[in-house]
Amino acid sequence: MNIAAPALPTRAVSVPRNLVLPLLVAAAAIGAVGCGFVGLAPNRLVSGRPVMLWDAAGPGFTAGLAASGAGLLALGFTPPKRSLAYVAATIASAMLVIALAGAGHAAALLSAGAPPAARVSLGAGFWIVLGCAALAVIDALQRSEAAVAGQLIAAALIGGAFIALAKAGTFDALSLAHEYATRREVFAASVGRHIVLVAASVGPALLIGVPLGLAAQRSKRFEAPLFAVLNLLQTVPSIALFGLLIVPLSALAKAAPGLAALGIGGVGPAPAIIALVLYALLPVARNTLAGIGGVPANTIDAARGMGLTKRQLFWQIEVPLALPVLIAGLRIVTVQAIGLAVVAALIGAGGLGSFVFDGLGQYATDLVLLGALTAILLAFAADFLLRLLAATLSRRYAP
Amino acid sequence: MIELDRVSKAYGGRTVVDNLSLAVPQGAFCVLLGPSGCGKSTTLRMINRLIECDSGAIRLGGEDVRAVAPEILRRRIGYVIQSNGLFPHWRIADNIATVPRLLHWERDRIEARVDELLALLHLDPVAYRDKFPHQLSGGEQQRVGVARALAADPELLLMDEPFAAVDPITRDALQGEIARIHRETGKTILFVTHDIEEALRLATLIAILDKGKLAQLGTPLDIVENPQSDFVRDFVGAQGIGLKLLSVRKVAERMRPGEAAEGEPIVAEASLAEALGQMTERRCDRLPVVDATGRVLGSVLLADLVR
Repeated sequence: MNIAAPALPTRAVSVPRNLVLPLLVAAAAIGAVGCGFVGLAPNRLVSGRPVMLWDAAGPGFTAGLAASGAGLLALGFTPPKRSLAYVAATIASAMLVIALAGAGHAAALLSAGAPPAARVSLGAGFWIVLGCAALAVIDALQRSEAAVAGQLIAAALIGGAFIALAKAGTFDALSLAHEYATRREVFAASVGRHIVLVAASVGPALLIGVPLGLAAQRSKRFEAPLFAVLNLLQTVPSIALFGLLIVPLSALAKAAPGLAALGIGGVGPAPAIIALVLYALLPVARNTLAGIGGVPANTIDAARGMGLTKRQLFWQIEVPLALPVLIAGLRIVTVQAIGLAVVAALIGAGGLGSFVFDGLGQYATDLVLLGALTAILLAFAADFLLRLLAATLSRRYAP
Repeated sequence: MIELDRVSKAYGGRTVVDNLSLAVPQGAFCVLLGPSGCGKSTTLRMINRLIECDSGAIRLGGEDVRAVAPEILRRRIGYVIQSNGLFPHWRIADNIATVPRLLHWERDRIEARVDELLALLHLDPVAYRDKFPHQLSGGEQQRVGVARALAADPELLLMDEPFAAVDPITRDALQGEIARIHRETGKTILFVTHDIEEALRLATLIAILDKGKLAQLGTPLDIVENPQSDFVRDFVGAQGIGLKLLSVRKVAERMRPGEAAEGEPIVAEASLAEALGQMTERRCDRLPVVDATGRVLGSVLLADLVR
């Protein structure tokens, strides 16, 4: 006898399948309606009067943002499918680009009728919309389980759109762009200097920290004092550490003029790099210890029993299995060094921090932002690239 | 083949292996049997020098194991451990090829050998070659572990409780496989276990260890019939000794040659326990006996089992 399956009661109210998208859209809407999209100030030193999205950017961009928001909201109620996640990623990316273009357009409109000294800066509404759109892109990419290539393409498309808009002069009327324009010559050099500071500290930190971590992994007696010292170093505030290094280094430069000729002294890049290396040692050593120590004992036992030499065991078994953790450590120190290198401008190390401290000195918020935003973008890019590296390496590591 | 000559090992004043002497002939399936902490694993690991002995000597084919570098020695000895220890980042084929690659075999020869071993362990080469260990079940992983140990055709196979971590059904199948491989290849196998049933099923020679000393060395039948100490008697199990006797004796020993019987035949190499099982299952008291090729040899009666 057949028994008919009871009909399932249909739900009157549908609940979103993906809570993240509706929440982000709601936050973006509140930001766009409740806060100024841009600020209009008579000059670069005073803070501006907020101008709302529809007044500033006009109906076209307002409608564009509203439409993409509505699209994302609707997608929050769809079943979880990879193809729909790609659609969500595309719409969120579009929202991000519309927000950028809208801000540029608003600045052009507002400054057209204003005196030459007037400045248009980015408002809270813009940042909230931009942040929500960026989070929606990340969420959608995660849900799409996009492979490394997919994430790379998404990043390249958004970055390409930004560069294309910048080249077309979309952002030229923004205060941030004015600050950039007046420092165009030193900007690239400062970014380069920043990267050199980071690379010059992460490289030695790996060369010192990895062997320290390996030594701690082999000897428990060494582990405790090593991490006591490294933890202590980590607790010293960065400005204090920069200050502490000035005295011995200037004494050293005085005693050995040859070193001074090489640019080593109490101020400048030398103390900055030393401090960055010291801060990077703890994460590098700790992740080396955790990574190599996390290789299962039976795997090592089997490898030794098969007749691998110590060197073969290290390079063919321990390093590849520890690699994800090792690269995670590298990611932590790189991002950390990009942030700390900003502070190093205080002791004359240069880099993006020089914009931040110049801006603070002049009460010019947008100059501060120029340095800070670039540092943040650098950190994002470094984090993203190292994540890609980890994903690529750990996917397949055959002999 | 393997000769342990007054071998001792102590850890921090505690003697784990105590003046142990043991000779295992070529082609034997020797099981080191004993409770945990009796030194059986330590003994095994001293043979491939994962642990160095404090005193005494270990000889392999007459040659002291310390005559060559430990890595060179280990590449000549197959090694299987309990939790298989497959390299998780290598494909199955790469795992099996570990030792051949260390020995710098030609690429073609390695590939052919990998496929041959997968087939020997009843794993389809095409389906399994390119998989990663985590894609396999526990039993399949352990088969790959055995294949990897056999890869370079070692003279000796060391197995450290290889089937202790798998479920009983898989363990039974794997025991059948290793018994078959021993029969087919004639390799000398040294096998550590604490499971008396496993030892009785597989061994041609059992060495029972107690506190690092050899308590008794003998065939499975010897050990069950003539335990030489209370320890061995207790360990083999005073309870159920009759059933254990049935499981170590062969049908061939009690067969009536030439007598005919009805029904499904049993092979002469099967144990009396299997014969009893079949009689119970079929409610009969007589089974025809055949040899491995299916030729009728005679019959075995229920009364013969308890004779």
